[in-house]
Amino acid sequence: MADSKAVKMSDGALKSSASAGQAAGREKVGAPAKQTADSEKISASVDQAAGTEKDGTVPTLEVKNLSISFGGLKAVDGFNVVIGKGQLYGLIGPNGAGKTTVFNLLTGVYKPDTGMILLDGKNITGKKTIEINQEGIARTFQNIRLFKELSVLDNVKVGLHNHHRYSTVEGILRLPSFYRIEKEMNERAMELLSVFDLDKECDYKASNLPYGKQRKLEIARALATDPKLLLLDEPAAGMNPNETAELMETIRFVREKFSMTILLIEHDMKLVAGICERLTVLNFGQVLTQGETSEVLNDRRVITAYLGE
Amino acid sequence: MTKNKVRIQNAVTYGMVILFWVVIQVMDKTGHLTSLFKGLLVPLCMYAILAVSLNLTVGILGELSLGHAGFMCLGAFSGAFLTNCLETAVPGVGLRFFLALILGAAVAGVFGLLIGIPVLRLKGDYLAIVTLAFGEIIKNLINVLYVGRDANGFHFSMKDTTSLGLDEETGVILVKGAQGITGTPRAATFTIGILLLLLTLFIVLNLIHSRTGRAIMSIRDNRIAAESIGINITKYKLMAFSISAALAGMAGVLYAHSLSTLKASSDNFGYNKSILILVFVVLGGLGNMRGSIIAAMLLTALPELLRGLNDYRMLIYAIVLIVMTIFNSSPKAIELRSVVMSKLRGGAKKEVA
Amino acid sequence: MSFLSYFISGVSLGAVYAIIALGYTMVYGIARMLNFAHGDVIMVGSFVIFTVVSTFGLNPLIGIAAGVLACTLLGVTVERIAYRPLREATSLAVLITAIGVSYFLQNVALLIFGSNAHQFTSVVSLPNLVLAGGNLIISSTAIVTIISCIIIMIALTAFINRTKIGQAMLAVSEDRGAASLMGIDVNKTIAVTFAIGSALAAIAGALLCSAYPSLTPYTGSMPGIKAFTAAVFGGIGSIPGALIGGIVLGVIENLSKAYISSQLSDAIVFAVLIIVLLVRPTGILGRKINEKV
Repeated sequence: MADSKAVKMSDGALKSSASAGQAAGREKVGAPAKQTADSEKISASVDQAAGTEKDGTVPTLEVKNLSISFGGLKAVDGFNVVIGKGQLYGLIGPNGAGKTTVFNLLTGVYKPDTGMILLDGKNITGKKTIEINQEGIARTFQNIRLFKELSVLDNVKVGLHNHHRYSTVEGILRLPSFYRIEKEMNERAMELLSVFDLDKECDYKASNLPYGKQRKLEIARALATDPKLLLLDEPAAGMNPNETAELMETIRFVREKFSMTILLIEHDMKLVAGICERLTVLNFGQVLTQGETSEVLNDRRVITAYLGE
Repeated sequence: MTKNKVRIQNAVTYGMVILFWVVIQVMDKTGHLTSLFKGLLVPLCMYAILAVSLNLTVGILGELSLGHAGFMCLGAFSGAFLTNCLETAVPGVGLRFFLALILGAAVAGVFGLLIGIPVLRLKGDYLAIVTLAFGEIIKNLINVLYVGRDANGFHFSMKDTTSLGLDEETGVILVKGAQGITGTPRAATFTIGILLLLLTLFIVLNLIHSRTGRAIMSIRDNRIAAESIGINITKYKLMAFSISAALAGMAGVLYAHSLSTLKASSDNFGYNKSILILVFVVLGGLGNMRGSIIAAMLLTALPELLRGLNDYRMLIYAIVLIVMTIFNSSPKAIELRSVVMSKLRGGAKKEVA
Repeated sequence: MSFLSYFISGVSLGAVYAIIALGYTMVYGIARMLNFAHGDVIMVGSFVIFTVVSTFGLNPLIGIAAGVLACTLLGVTVERIAYRPLREATSLAVLITAIGVSYFLQNVALLIFGSNAHQFTSVVSLPNLVLAGGNLIISSTAIVTIISCIIIMIALTAFINRTKIGQAMLAVSEDRGAASLMGIDVNKTIAVTFAIGSALAAIAGALLCSAYPSLTPYTGSMPGIKAFTAAVFGGIGSIPGALIGGIVLGVIENLSKAYISSQLSDAIVFAVLIIVLLVRPTGILGRKINEKV
């Protein structure tokens, strides 16, 4: 299966390869062999529930009543969100509101106490981080987490790991499959790097990149896993206004080019107002308000939450 | 571009090993080798294999292991055991040695896997102490192991030879507790050692520069990020750890076939041996396989080359170790070195790192 | 009765491990390094005491004082020369220098005293305690060892909680950078830690060699490793952890020597360590560290 997919991904232009990849990703979701008996039961019942949503379209991400507490403190309390396919969605709120905790819940770093997470209508609640990535959620981190000692190219190639496969023995013995698939991986990785204007630095050690480019590389690496939903945790943190403006362009571009659904956490209101279509505001772990960006940003409660009374 | 660079680097490493073999052959033919140095040749290869294989765990996987000698011990004993068992069944010493190498690597690799499953979720110094503990346990268990064979098959005991209950006519004691295994043919030669070292390099270098190697290094560099992009942490940790163990086992078989008596003593397989191998790895540079080989060979030969200094040689060795580490790793020394280097180049231009 | 006597000598051995483990645990907690040479400091201390008592024929108390003084100086010197230059380097580099220091101390001792075992005269010259009509004999060395261990534990806890330098040690172990911003002299604090740990090693050496009088340049090596195991077992960085770890290990070692096999006692000790760490990955009293994502 993986092989056929790899072939699909490598032929044709970037856009077609991305959509082919997504199609293959969806096939994988349907494969029952991947699931445990337990989660299958749950997802079957949920699939029906999700199927009855308004006008029959299934949102890419649907989160219902998500909560977690750490030692009595409710870090996230009854979080809900619905993100449609291709949407650019913002998650904002003051420091310590629980935004990154939401990301950690979505990606399986923490297991929620209550609630349900549906990706394309499929229940992924309680799955492990690597399973969730294989289901189609990829993320970046607030404090950049690159593979520092690896080259820029190799960082992206690790992201391609599950889509372009050959066995360890094939790798050690340098069988023809090794050369063929490595070539595919290199081409695909270079395609991704050129989207982010990182192709000239492909041989650099990741830690030697300037800060702004490190953030971009993290996004490229996440995209390499061919996700349905991309989570960006403060992508503009530490960037100057020029870099931020450039980043906004890149995010927009990624959304168009890969028809990607994106959920991002950000403090830079210019960026949020500039690119997000809808927003959810978190305060003290609870949803303060959500809706169209312009409405939310003009909401008194939001201004109060940020600035105090 | 990097690919070519990697190829050149690897070719240099292989070339260095082959050149070393050629030089030794020439010196041997022209009679320039002392018998002392001749005796050192197989251990040189063995330590180089051990250092390269440990570097896979410490440098590439990024986990500190102090139990490498334990895996070597497992390999040595299972290999020597097989060679002695097959004495009548397989008359050719070469073939028996070959089979022993495979068995030794397999046994050590399987144990690496079995030990790795519970242990690899520990981190840093905790992992280090647990691997040390496993190494000591393996050594101690083999030290009290008695195995004999008679017409009825194999007999095992943890007490003494009499409790094996061997048939008096046909009974042969194969493993004799603290006295170990005797009578293993000394089939290990320098050429075989070099071939095994090249095989180790082939496996480790190709592994590193492949899909699997990237996954392993991604875990080293950032476990959380690796998980977030779908890398199976447990699988790749175990893989690196057990390949490293299997190669150590192979080195153990080489060692067993260079001695007439193999004992599971502390000198042979104790934690000090594991630490010695770690010293090679760290001084050679983490993740740098060529460095490991050079460090292993130099530091193994050094005490022997210093033999003229008699009692002082281990003292000098200790000082060399301390001074070299400080010179290699101290931030001040690194700064000083770069200043000296830029002055030597004669330019006032300081290179930007 | 024999069980009780094995048990008590186990506790006494464990008390020695606990005192050595303190050195490991304090240095680890504050300098974040495995001081592999700590076991050899014990050996150096023992040889100093041996020289003063057996060669010069002086009072054992003077011997212990000399041993403590020598080890304190040694600890501080080693820290200054071999470890301080590597303060900002990787922990592996420091581990390797510690190994170098260990080889160095062993070989200096080898040059001076040779490889033959020396008979150490016990520093405890009190009569043994005879109980239950002669059925249970508790050696005076065991009693002195256990009492010393208790005193040291109490004194050390008080030192850390009550004195300024003790508080500085806590601060440095919590966050070295923040501590130095608060005006704490980190280098001095670490030096003091090494001084205390090494002084304790000398006392541990005296007690260890009084119970097991054969003294060679390698005497400290295995007890050092075992004490380190004890420190990890109890939760490295924790002083009560060192005590618990030391005692448990000593008792297990002695009982398995007596009832199972003297050759396998080390294997059993290490097996228990592995089991404990698999259940509690940071030791019995160790704090759980969560990585923030």
